[in-house]
Amino acid sequence: MDEMGPPSSLSRREFMKMVGGGIVIFVTYGEELAFQEPARVQGGRPSLPTDFNAFLKIGEDGRVTCFTGKIEQGQGAITAVPQMLAEELEVPLSSVDIILGDTDLCPYDMGTFGSQTIRSFGPALRAAAAEAREVLKELAAEKLQVSVDRLEAKDGTIYDKTRPQSRVTYAELARGQKIDRHLVQKPALKPPAELKVMGKSQMRRDALDKVTGKARYAGDMRLPGMLYGKILRPPAHGAKLKDLDTSAADKVSGARVVQDGDLIAVLHELPDEAARAMGLIKTQYDLPDVNVDDKSIFDYLLKNPAQGRTVAQGGNLEEGARLAQVSFDETYFNSYVAHATMETHTALAHVQGDKATVWASSQTPFGLKDEVAAAIGIPSQNVHVISPFVGGGFGGKSRNTQAVQAARLSKIAGKPVQVAWSRPDEFFYDTFRPAAVLKIKSGISSSGQIVFWDYEVFYAGERSSQQFYNIPHHRTVVRGEWGGGRGGGGTSAHPFSVGAWRAPASNSNVFARESQIDIMAAKAGIDPVEFRMKNLNNARMQRILKAAADAFGWKPAKAPSGRGFGAACADYLGTYLATMAEVAVDKATGKVQVKRVVCAQDMGIAVNPEGAKLQIEGCIMMGLGYCLTEEVRFKGREVKDLNFDTYQIPRFSWLPKIESVLLDSPEVPIAGGGEPPIVNMGAVIANAIYDAVGARLYQLPMTPERVKAALK
Amino acid sequence: MKPVLKIPSDSLGEGEHAMRETIQFKLNGKPIKLTVDSDRMLLWILRTDLGLIGTKFSCGEGFCGACTVLVNNEAVRSCQTPVKSVKDKDVLTIEGLAKDGVLHPLQQAFIKHDAMQCGFCTSGMILTAYGLLLKNPRPTFKEIIDGMEDNLCRCGSHTRVIQAIQTAAQGIKEGVKR
Repeated sequence: MDEMGPPSSLSRREFMKMVGGGIVIFVTYGEELAFQEPARVQGGRPSLPTDFNAFLKIGEDGRVTCFTGKIEQGQGAITAVPQMLAEELEVPLSSVDIILGDTDLCPYDMGTFGSQTIRSFGPALRAAAAEAREVLKELAAEKLQVSVDRLEAKDGTIYDKTRPQSRVTYAELARGQKIDRHLVQKPALKPPAELKVMGKSQMRRDALDKVTGKARYAGDMRLPGMLYGKILRPPAHGAKLKDLDTSAADKVSGARVVQDGDLIAVLHELPDEAARAMGLIKTQYDLPDVNVDDKSIFDYLLKNPAQGRTVAQGGNLEEGARLAQVSFDETYFNSYVAHATMETHTALAHVQGDKATVWASSQTPFGLKDEVAAAIGIPSQNVHVISPFVGGGFGGKSRNTQAVQAARLSKIAGKPVQVAWSRPDEFFYDTFRPAAVLKIKSGISSSGQIVFWDYEVFYAGERSSQQFYNIPHHRTVVRGEWGGGRGGGGTSAHPFSVGAWRAPASNSNVFARESQIDIMAAKAGIDPVEFRMKNLNNARMQRILKAAADAFGWKPAKAPSGRGFGAACADYLGTYLATMAEVAVDKATGKVQVKRVVCAQDMGIAVNPEGAKLQIEGCIMMGLGYCLTEEVRFKGREVKDLNFDTYQIPRFSWLPKIESVLLDSPEVPIAGGGEPPIVNMGAVIANAIYDAVGARLYQLPMTPERVKAALK
Repeated sequence: MKPVLKIPSDSLGEGEHAMRETIQFKLNGKPIKLTVDSDRMLLWILRTDLGLIGTKFSCGEGFCGACTVLVNNEAVRSCQTPVKSVKDKDVLTIEGLAKDGVLHPLQQAFIKHDAMQCGFCTSGMILTAYGLLLKNPRPTFKEIIDGMEDNLCRCGSHTRVIQAIQTAAQGIKEGVKR
């Protein structure tokens, strides 16, 4: 690519002053950023030079600092990112510090989601580190008076290969330097065979803080004179406030009721007193006239469906239908699902004049700048966002409503204000995983080859809607999206806000696709894994299926075999995975116990294998929720599930025996692991249930009632 | 519409606030005396009045266990525990587990087994497990499951939490130095 123009020299100089002396490397990565996330609010420019996306600093003390706009929400970025840096820079992992999600110090980042940290940020950071290594060699060549080709970098030292005692440390080289290098060309990254730090399991960096209570989240930040704000929540979305009586709340000592247009809140020096006062406010609302509930939602969505776009096609569907010996026509459904992170949306905002500092539980600290700036009318570059640990995100903390609320209240009160959503607030204001309908018409030949595949998905979204089987006549049509970015009619079709939920669109699409595959296999009398193998010409997928089958001990048998075995496979953003499960179904109650799950995953290379396994275990457990119990009950635009008494998420007693198998494909780009293992769960459990008792479930969640109904 | 900030004219007066009293109890081994509205829940006294932020707020209604602390060696949900109920009792929070910088075997085991991801449920998990092991120092796998059943974790660290509790139980049995 061409050389970047010089950045604004003033801001670059200020930045260098801010990070102190040493060597700083900047790197830009361009088109990989094209990603299907909702368009951010247009606003002020980031306060840092925008011509780079990754950088690192080698300090005069030899410590290396990585600055990244990514945040740590449990997925392990805090551990894996330093690994990637240490690998290319040839420094001990223990000498690397990482600064996460500080918008004054870190380069612009669109947000932590989509397994992007490993996929996109990783290569850019590695390039920066490789470049830094070359800079250090050049400096060492001068200092040691030898040519660069005689030099080698290792353990934070550059030494002469021919005379190893001739050496100099990174600290010495960085001393007194104020070098900033802007990468123009991508340096070569280490080939997979040479990796020493990446690909090895590392203990997580945040473990000590998290087991001692020292780890700070947004709700743990304290400023002198701060107030806590509790927000008035309407009984339904779109409800109109008719009457407001705050007289009882006003009498609570220290409570201040604030009304700013649509925002009504109680402020207090004590959060529980703010909540108590809020509870004393009396209101009357007019509810919106929206005639839909959690049972009629699917008819509602299909009545005026969004425009369809064809995202894949081949051959001719009519020809395919003619070739089919047996044809299938099925419809699948899934309901709205909540994020239900253990930490609710929380933010502490301190607005002072035209400046603001915000600590927030957020996946998008840079987007938050724009949101707050727009809400209180100050320039975006004057908003400084600091990211403490995030207590779970899963896509639900990409929108920063609570930070906007805190900022507005801080501006009004003239003091720092913390807003922490109550659990009912959290369920009510969530951007749910969208309810969806998926229709598949397909057909097989007499020998069990899939000859046509006509796939239409309503409202789940595009990701993972395309199939990867060897099907000559196929078409995939997508109607509506989970985000505002793509194609109209997505979010506005729903009674609530919807958005990204761990592996957006994919859970629904894989549930439908892999269920359909099993339905066809059963009709053909072929073992489900064998059926997949014979309908694939993708060696990488076949390999991962075999790995899962071997680890699971899968013996071929046509379904239903009574064993309760299920399989599913997927390609999620470059990570290939196959999942197999064994379930037991209680026919009397319809209750499903998942006994064991094997997940075989190929991410290219697992940067931190231990971290990848944690994500596999986590995804499997979390996925059981949307498989078996999780759906948001509602009437009109009133959310009926407001706490964990009625919205059941997986518990210890649900825990299956989990085995993770990691395979490498060194020749493919490294892909992420925070999301993929969850996408197979719907289908693998549905297929296992069918294998156990011959009952096919077409709707998620597969509650005991629905299982019993399917048994009839 | 212009924002309206209403400050009650009688902010120090009577009306809607409950009884302030002086409460004494032991907190992480040290005696403490507070003058507070004694109907307030212990969780908020800890987090706000005392600045001990290791105990977390998550559901506010006792369903999830993130706010678990020990009161006289019993695991309780501090979001449902009025501070007046801990008068003259021993309260133990996550901050009180390590002694002189040495982690409790449960803390060591949670680190060793990577038994957390986002970490928000972790304090509650550790305190609940602590209470469980006090009552039953050699729990079976099923007894651990039953004992932890009402502690929720969204990230799915359950596998590792159980391993950590098993390791800690073994360590405590063998007299691992605290």
